[in-house]
Amino acid sequence: MTPDRDANYYWRKGKNWAATSFSLACVALALLPLFLIFIYALMQGISALNLDFFLQMPKPVGEEGGGMANAIVGTGILIGLGALIGLPVGILAGIYLAEFGNNPLGVAVRFMCDVLSGIPSIVVGVVAYVLVVLPMKHFSALAGGVALAILMVPTISRTTEEMMRLVPQSYREAGLALGIPQWKTTLRIVLPTALKGITTGILLALARAAGETAPLLFTALGNRFWSTSIMNPIGSLTVFIFDYAKAPFEDWNRQAWAASFVLIFLIFVLSLTFRLVTRQRYDHN
Amino acid sequence: MTTIEQRNATVTPTAVRSPEVPESRQAGSPAVKMSALGINAFFGKTQALKNVSIDILTNRVLAIIGPSGCGKSTFLRCLNRMHEVAGGTMTGTILLDGQKIGSEDPVLLRRRVGMVFQKPNPFPTMSIFDNVAAGLRLNGFQNRRALAEIVERSLRQAALWDEVKDSLGKSGASLSGGQQQRLCIARTIAVSPDVVLMDEPASALDPLSTAKIEELIYELKNRFTITIVTHNMQQAARVSDFTAFFYLGELIEYDQTKKMFTSPDKKQTEDYITGRFG
Repeated sequence: MTPDRDANYYWRKGKNWAATSFSLACVALALLPLFLIFIYALMQGISALNLDFFLQMPKPVGEEGGGMANAIVGTGILIGLGALIGLPVGILAGIYLAEFGNNPLGVAVRFMCDVLSGIPSIVVGVVAYVLVVLPMKHFSALAGGVALAILMVPTISRTTEEMMRLVPQSYREAGLALGIPQWKTTLRIVLPTALKGITTGILLALARAAGETAPLLFTALGNRFWSTSIMNPIGSLTVFIFDYAKAPFEDWNRQAWAASFVLIFLIFVLSLTFRLVTRQRYDHN
Repeated sequence: MTTIEQRNATVTPTAVRSPEVPESRQAGSPAVKMSALGINAFFGKTQALKNVSIDILTNRVLAIIGPSGCGKSTFLRCLNRMHEVAGGTMTGTILLDGQKIGSEDPVLLRRRVGMVFQKPNPFPTMSIFDNVAAGLRLNGFQNRRALAEIVERSLRQAALWDEVKDSLGKSGASLSGGQQQRLCIARTIAVSPDVVLMDEPASALDPLSTAKIEELIYELKNRFTITIVTHNMQQAARVSDFTAFFYLGELIEYDQTKKMFTSPDKKQTEDYITGRFG
């Protein structure tokens, strides 16, 4: 049995339904580009996507087949280098801002982080060129890693700060009241509590770095040959996509699509693993 | 540590203590665990405590009562230097076992003067076991077997063991509010402090859980010196041996609980206790 319904009952229900449907439609619209890109890249690149693509080196112009093994490894090395430099700096800066940053220095660092995150990536590439490539007198994976690290730091430090600030003060006080030193309270109690949100920030930063092309053009340069040395130029998926997509050869274009698909897929897998690894034992939400 | 004789010795505190205490008391007569001498506490320019002096006696429960904003919690937080964590400052002297505190590392002080907060705050990323072990583990104590023993003992003392012994690996946040608060008490006593400060430990709990906490306080005073801030006067009457009444940052009266609740010396105390103001 339903209670007495006022005259507006169906009107209210109708509005509720309409609003919910509209939200759902917007969700679908927001997800649509991802699926379209994913599917289109797959469709265009599928013919070039085979085991050779992952295991073979690029073939010279005119020769069919070949793969991008060096570029896949190169992208991995570049992201790894960037993370190696950028993660500690970003996370520790974020911890400083959240726990000790209520002073003029904190305000300055925060402001500079925001400015830095808005700097076009190609400018960051120029900076890395001046900082690393010129003194070394040649292009290198290291220079690329430095460029990517500079791009990662602001995102990571700002997310770390925001997430640490969301941790209630009562946990810090509980830690301190147990006679746990402040640095341990911060690292072992506050940081783990904020980890889930920080992970999201790190992922965004890594994904963005993985997709960067411009700052790599004159730092890591690109390399058609196998190289894992961080002192030598190194190939990356993005630079290969850039080169192959504008090349006048049809099989290169197909390989560019395949590389795009692989790049998206790699970021997808990276996100998934990261989430699994840092998943908390207890979901307190 | 105190002996049995010392614990059983009956002690009557002087009423409101002035900062000019006799030498013999300052040296820390055995039954005095902590002494506050002329404490002034500030938040910026606002003075929250005015010249408060009080003796806290070993293995006794001291209840601090008074209307909101009277400085009860601030006083409590001065005792383990948590007041400065919130950005406050203080002047005056606090003695623990006759030793002046304030010069040494607050970390060492807080291992001896533990604190239970108003809102249960178990660490959300830790299991029940890890919550209790946190204080020791994060201070470098790694002996697993000893740790397990201490965790069990602390949970037993906090009257929580029987409820959680089969789920020590579960999240501390999965417990009910009352259980969480007892978990926090277990966590506090696991580091074997001398003094346990409780800041309205039952005010966020239902009557049944409150009764359990009060029972627990009664048990714990055999091992610890307890100071509890409470808004609930019946609670103060039930659990404490001594009661201190604060008003507007001043200590108005301090005496045995029985006397405070039956024939207080000051009219203000009587008015507050009988509900005529506050």
